[in-house]
Amino acid sequence: MTMIRTESLSFAYRNDKVLHDISLDFTPGKITALLGPNGSGKSTLLKCCAGILKGYDGNIFIDQQPLHRLSPRRRARYIAYVPQQEIHTFPVSVLDTILMGRKPYIGWMPSRNDYAVVETIMHQLHLDDIAHRHLNELSGGQRQRVIIARALAQQPQVLLLDEPTANLDLRHQLEVMMILQKIAQDGITIVIAVHDLNLAAGHCHHFVMLHEGRCFVRGNHEIFTPKNIRKLYEVEVKIIDNGSQPFIVPASSVPE
Amino acid sequence: MRKPLQAYRRNLLRKRIFLVVGVVLLLILATAGVLSGTANLGLTQIFEVIRGEGEPIARQIITNIRLPRVLSAVLAGMMLAVAGAAMQSLLRNPLGSPFTLGISNAAAFGAATAVVLLGAGTTHSNSTDAILIDNPYLITLCAFAASLVATLIILTVTRLRNAGPETIILTGIMSGSLFTAGTTALQFVADDVQIAAIVFWTFGDLGRAGWREFWVMLAVAIPTLIYFIYNRWNYNALDAGDETAVSLGVRVNATRTGGMIVASLSTAIAVSFFGIIAFVGLVVPHIVRAITGSDERFLIPASALYGGIFLLFSDTLARTIMAPMVLPVGILTSFIGAPLFLYLLIKRRRRML
Repeated sequence: MTMIRTESLSFAYRNDKVLHDISLDFTPGKITALLGPNGSGKSTLLKCCAGILKGYDGNIFIDQQPLHRLSPRRRARYIAYVPQQEIHTFPVSVLDTILMGRKPYIGWMPSRNDYAVVETIMHQLHLDDIAHRHLNELSGGQRQRVIIARALAQQPQVLLLDEPTANLDLRHQLEVMMILQKIAQDGITIVIAVHDLNLAAGHCHHFVMLHEGRCFVRGNHEIFTPKNIRKLYEVEVKIIDNGSQPFIVPASSVPE
Repeated sequence: MRKPLQAYRRNLLRKRIFLVVGVVLLLILATAGVLSGTANLGLTQIFEVIRGEGEPIARQIITNIRLPRVLSAVLAGMMLAVAGAAMQSLLRNPLGSPFTLGISNAAAFGAATAVVLLGAGTTHSNSTDAILIDNPYLITLCAFAASLVATLIILTVTRLRNAGPETIILTGIMSGSLFTAGTTALQFVADDVQIAAIVFWTFGDLGRAGWREFWVMLAVAIPTLIYFIYNRWNYNALDAGDETAVSLGVRVNATRTGGMIVASLSTAIAVSFFGIIAFVGLVVPHIVRAITGSDERFLIPASALYGGIFLLFSDTLARTIMAPMVLPVGILTSFIGAPLFLYLLIKRRRRML
């Protein structure tokens, strides 16, 4: 059963229509990659689903209920969102950041269970050693792990990430993708906006290509065709398939 | 593998001790504040007064002059510091405070308007008090209304796209100058005694502190503190940015607007009674941050506590440093606060900005 789906979703910033009539459902336990050039509406789609952008047309259903009917607190228990970048004004420790993920559950003060959840997640993501460091002292890869840990502390059914691998080196890109694959195994629906086609092809299960705010094509590995990618990015590519995943290589860099 | 959490609990304990130390410090300072002054009264006289005995003059000085002044200093300091801490978190701006955002100046303008144009005070000649406040509620109301205008300006700028922290502070300084100009303009239509009263608002002075002021402040301070403490998790979430806060279930706009209104109300109360007392709202939250970190769970109560301590300390100093002359406390808070802030700015620059 799908946890989250959109039904003819449209969104405009003032007069600038960014999303047109998007109807998608996302499979639990799988990672869905949103692909498309800058400005194709990936981030906007994620932000609508996360409840950050309101005033959209159409509907978003979470667990069969319209998203806008959920209280912010209840919504935050269903959906966690990892922004592209996060700037903290004041120094805050890793542990406090992750504890913040318990916000939708905390009444007057965190319970024993809240701390237990934080502790388990810190352990899973290997953050024990840096628990008391300040967020702005960390490297990009560590920081991304902390933000993902905070999202997990929400114990969400749906995890949305906006370019979680941007600004990370290869090793940390892979690390993030491995973490996401592990999370997906617990039955969580994961949707990520991503630029690196090969990284997406190698680690995600489903793919949605967005073009000028419309869902252009969706499916599995078979949608990685030179034609689709030319339409999306206006770039000529060759697809090299090694049997397990397609590799997308710019045509100009392939020897004839 | 329970290590990180144990260390965390120890840390929480340390922060609680910091609060307890604050309470003890406040009690000591309050006693010192009641003891110090031109009339030489010792602890025995104070105990006599508490028991309802002692000379009438000593009773008069302690119950009607020193005690309300000390208690008002504590409350005003608390309200200003908490307002500053809340503004810094709500606007995600380390330079936020009632003073830097122009809200104090606006409140002073509102109070001056009430006196000059709405006749909330009668002029009379008296050696201690040039102007008699007939209607403190009207003055407070006008101060609050003006401070709301300043708050609205800040909130409007906050909503603009690409409005960085500098934009907000510059706006605050500009609107502060505008209200100061308004206050200056009022001096042209004011008579001599009113001018004296207006000047009073432009530098903070606790000389007006009496029981009536104390009770009004207490009535506002208690719900204000409860409101901010109740919202502490929301403010913590806001530090990560609006988008993250929304995704964590915070009603960002309501939290920010509501918090700013409550913060400007507590500023307006303090300013309408005692004038502009600068730097309490700016420096105290930073000192607290340097010790307990940015966790709002401690930042808000600790700012209140140490704000009270800071203003009480400054006022006691103002009363005794050049005795029998009593300095306006606003001068002292600036003399202590400005260098302190510079020090924090230089020392903790990398972390703070």
